[in-house]
Order: sequence, then structure tokens, then C-alpha cells
Amino acid sequence: MIHLKDINKTYNNGAPLHVLKGINLDINRGEFVSIMGASGSGKSTLLNILGILDNYDTGEYYLNNVLIKNLSETKSAEYRNRMIGFIFQSFNLISFKNAVENVALPLFYQGVSRKKRNAMALEYLDKLGLKDWAHHMPNEMSGGQKQRVAIARALITNPQIILADEPTGALDSKTSVEVMQILKDLHKTGMTIVVVTHESGVANQTDKIIHIKDGIIERIEENLDHDASPFGKDGFMK
Amino acid sequence: MFDIWQEIYGTIKRNKLRTFLTGFAVAWGIFMLIVLLGAGNGLIHAFEKSSSERAMNSIKIFQGWTSKPYDGLKEGRNIQLDNKDLDATNRNFPDNVVSAGATLRQNNVNLSFGPEYVNLTLMGVYPNYTEVEAVKLSEGRFINDIDLKERRKVIILHTKTAEILFGKSKVKPIGQFLNANGVSYQVVGLYTDQGDRGGNDAYIPFSTLQTIYNKGDKLNNIIFTTKNMETEESNKAFEKRYRKALASNHRFDPEDDSAIWIWNRFTQYLQQQTGMGILRTAIWVIGIFTLLSGIVGVSNIMLITVKERTREFGIRKALGAKPASILWLIIVESVTITTFFGYIGMVAGIGATEWMNAAFGSQTMDAGMFSETVFLDPTVDIGIAIKATMTLVIAGTLAGFFPARKAVSISPIEALRAD
Repeated sequence: MIHLKDINKTYNNGAPLHVLKGINLDINRGEFVSIMGASGSGKSTLLNILGILDNYDTGEYYLNNVLIKNLSETKSAEYRNRMIGFIFQSFNLISFKNAVENVALPLFYQGVSRKKRNAMALEYLDKLGLKDWAHHMPNEMSGGQKQRVAIARALITNPQIILADEPTGALDSKTSVEVMQILKDLHKTGMTIVVVTHESGVANQTDKIIHIKDGIIERIEENLDHDASPFGKDGFMK
Repeated sequence: MFDIWQEIYGTIKRNKLRTFLTGFAVAWGIFMLIVLLGAGNGLIHAFEKSSSERAMNSIKIFQGWTSKPYDGLKEGRNIQLDNKDLDATNRNFPDNVVSAGATLRQNNVNLSFGPEYVNLTLMGVYPNYTEVEAVKLSEGRFINDIDLKERRKVIILHTKTAEILFGKSKVKPIGQFLNANGVSYQVVGLYTDQGDRGGNDAYIPFSTLQTIYNKGDKLNNIIFTTKNMETEESNKAFEKRYRKALASNHRFDPEDDSAIWIWNRFTQYLQQQTGMGILRTAIWVIGIFTLLSGIVGVSNIMLITVKERTREFGIRKALGAKPASILWLIIVESVTITTFFGYIGMVAGIGATEWMNAAFGSQTMDAGMFSETVFLDPTVDIGIAIKATMTLVIAGTLAGFFPARKAVSISPIEALRAD
């Protein structure tokens, strides 16, 4: 599904900053993976590269057997639209659009008719228990609701992979549990999910934890027993 | 395509004030431009109208008083023009003078027809009088060369005079005989003049008046039209030579400007033309700067709009918006706003000029002796209005395009980081 081979990335803002120093990683279809690391470790950069939001300098990145390298803006926009669903820490909903319009937006860029995409958006909102909030604006919703709208938006194009960047970062612990439960449920339906986090409690919910430190993969930890963590049962250390 | 309108409608609805301000800048720019051009056109049209009614290449000579001693004669002498001067005008300047005529007045003449009578001034004129003055024949004919030669007793009345004399008896004025203190004149024509200039004088042949009223060889004014003088310099040179010719007739200093007065309509016309040209330029300059301030306003607001929406564009890009689709969105939005408000401004501006037209469309200035049209048809060519609006629309589009292109070129992660 995802195949990374010796990915290097350097930022050239003033002094060159070598962020990723040769990342080799394979993520298979249906995996639920988290990427953990301290801030500045390069985990967000890695996620941006996975999400085709950013370019890398050397190496190879295959997404669904397609080489993602030096794509034009137009091409990468198309791949993002069809293959990837994003969930952001700060939700990134468009403030002047209501829930349905926000969820339907990716389909707008696929050229789906308004009627059809709004119907689909309503369906996905219903799945996430937000049917009654369908016509509310983002500022009328709680953080958990906003994140659920964002999840519905990520799912609507039926992507190959969900990339979540600190999905619980802006939520309290109760709603964090809810959101992680949704991701776990999605995983059960066969979705490939990659979560970036610095919270071990969140990482603990995933099946595989990739530890990144200073731009290289420190270790990959299989985590099939979600209760084995010292952070306790069903809870997240915030 | 319908979807994009939905998108635009959405953003406009959420940003009413910003949209209104952008629109106001556009509408105001167009409105001011059209009103300014309209007002300017009013002045220019009025001038063009009054200048089209009489020959611009005409000169009128008035008598004066000498202000310098000359040839042993003291200053302060009255220079009385006479037939010799008229002959000199015709004879000495064949290259520049088309036809010279003269006028002579006889005040206080009673004209009567049956029981009706008027008291007015008789003007003895040459046939060329109509070329120089704003006299429009409404019926019959004017004085001709034969009248002049045979000293016929024919008269041309103002339509208002004719109304007084013949209004009650309801006979046709042409062909009737009038009694003027014992002299009988036949009416051969009626005239009107723009703005009721003068005191409704009646015109008779110059030679007739000079003879009947014992004027000797004296006359009041010499009037003539000129040719082959296109520039101000040639006119000035001609005036100088003319003054010299008359100076030798009357023995005054050729440099003495007050001995005779030369009223050259052409130099006046040239000056007015220059004035109009300056006015026209000034109006355009002001108009273009007004338009420019509108454009700057639009650019500013588009710049802020695009900056403010950078994050939104980042989100859209992350969700799969292609750069072109975002660019297109901004441009269509900008064109829509500028076109809509530009149209409003244009219609309001045209409305304002039409109102000006209705309210003071043919404003005349009463100067006591005569009245002059000072404001006429203060409207703008619809083509110019549309062109100005189009300019603003294009400028608004460019104003949106450049910041939009910049916003689009920012990578999605950077755009998402923007606040």
C-alpha cells in the first residue's frame, strides 16, 4: 500500500535543516499505524509527504503502486482527492460553509453534482451521528463534532488511506476517546489509517507504533494488545 | 458552472461588508467619472452650439478714441469710421478679407402698421451680416446686393416685432408696407436670434439707412469674414496691418490700440478652443484618477481577501482542489463583483447625468444685453461609459489575479499554517 524507500528531506530556510534522513517504511492495506515522536522529530513532515502535501528530495514513495515524485500541483491535487483522506488537529473546516457543504467539498472537486454530493454528505454525517447538525456552521459545533465532520469529509471520497495529524490534539480526553473509537471502527471495516501523534495513549490504540527520532525510524513496535501499555486501560494520558 | 456560482454566492453572503466595500469603490469610481464627463460635456456642448451658429472667422471693427498724440494731433480724438475705411478694407486685403460690410444704427424709429406700432432701432446692414451674427431667417429673405445697390426700402423684422404689428390683424407680414416716420418700408423677411440677443432690431439695407437718415459717409461698425488665416500669429499680423491701414485714413498712431477696436472672433475662438481643450484634458485627468482610485480600492480589497482566504485555499487544496480551479474561483468572483457594481455605478452615473440634463440641460446665462447657453446636454456617450466600466472590470480582475496566483502558488502545508 505504502512503500517508502530511503526518503530524504531537507528544508532550506536559512540554515539547511535535514529533517528526514533516509526513511524506509512499508504500510500494508488495512493496517492501523501510528507515528510517534517528539516535536521536531520529523513525524509531521513524514505525514505531509505521505499525504502528497509536500515533496521529498531523494528516495521513492509508492502509494498504491503509483510512484509519487515531482508531481505537478494539478496531479497531486487529483491524487490527494481520490486516494487520501485527511484529518487535521485543527479540523480545517471552512468556516462559512455548514457541515454538509464541508463534507461534500471533496466531491465538488470530483465534479459530482450538487444534489448527489449533498445526499452522500448527509449519509456520512448520519453514520457519524451528526445528522441533526448537518446544517450547522462549524462555529456552532463542539470540537468533537467538528472533528467528526472532518472525519466524514475524509471518508466521503472513499479513499485508500486516512492520514490523521494529531486528531485528538485539540480535544478533551472524553471526546478523544470517541474520536479514536471512530478510527478504530473504521479500521475494522478495512480502512488503512496512519495517525501522527505525540501522545502515547493515542498511539497505544493503534496496532503498530513507529517511533521516529531525529529524522530516522528508531523502532517499529507491534502493539496488538492495546491494554499492555503502562498508561492504563481505555484511557489516555493527556 | 452552476456550482461555481453557488460557491461565489456562499462567499459573498458570508462577507457582506467586504463585498459591499469593494463594490462601493467600483461603483463610486464609475459614477464620478461619468458625472464629471457629463458635466464637462455640458460646458463643451454649449460652447460648440453657440460657436456653430456664426462664422468663427469674422472680425468686427468698432470706433474708439485715440490715446496717443500723433502727427501733431492731440490724444482723445474720436475716430469715426466711414465709407473710406470700408473701401480700404475691401481694397487693401484681398488675400484675407472675403467680403466686408458695415452696420449703421438709427435709434428711436417708430414703425407702424395701421393702429399698431413699435419703437425700435433700425440697423443698416450688408448681406454678409447673417454670416457674422447669430441671425436666423425664419421667413422670406435677408437684405441682398440689389437692395443695397438700389437703396431699396425693404425691412427685415424680428418675429416678435412682427407678432406685435401683425398679430391682431392676422395678415401675413411678408409684403406688407410699414410706415416709419413718413418713410414706407416693405417687409421682405422675418428672423429669429438665439437667446434674444439685442433689442429686436429691424434690418434695412445699409445704403438706404445712410441716405435716408443723413448719415453722410459715416458708419458704426465694419464687419467682415476672413480667409487664409489659420493661426493666432497670422491673425495678430493681420490685425496689425489693418490697424495701420485705418491709421493712415484717420491719422492716428498705428500702435494706438484704443483708436479703433478690433474684435476678432477667430482669436477669441482659438482661445476658447484652447480653454475647452484644457477643460477636456482636466476632466479626463480627474476622471482617470477617480477611476484609478476605484481600481486601487478594488486591488486593495482583493489583496486582503486573498490573504485572508489563504488558509481556506490550503484546505481546499488538501481536499483536492486544483490550482486552476482556485484561481478560477477568485477571478470569477472578482469579475462578478466588479461587473455588478460597475453596472450599478454606470447606471447611477447615467441617471445622474440625465437628471442634470433635465434639471439644467439648457441652462442659459442672462447677461442683461443677451443670454448665452452655458450648459447643454450634459450627458456621456454610452460607449465611453461602457468602456470605463470594462476598464474597471479588467483592472479588478487583474487586481484579483495577481494575489490569487500568489496564493495558489503557496504549497498546501504553508497555506494551512497561515492564519
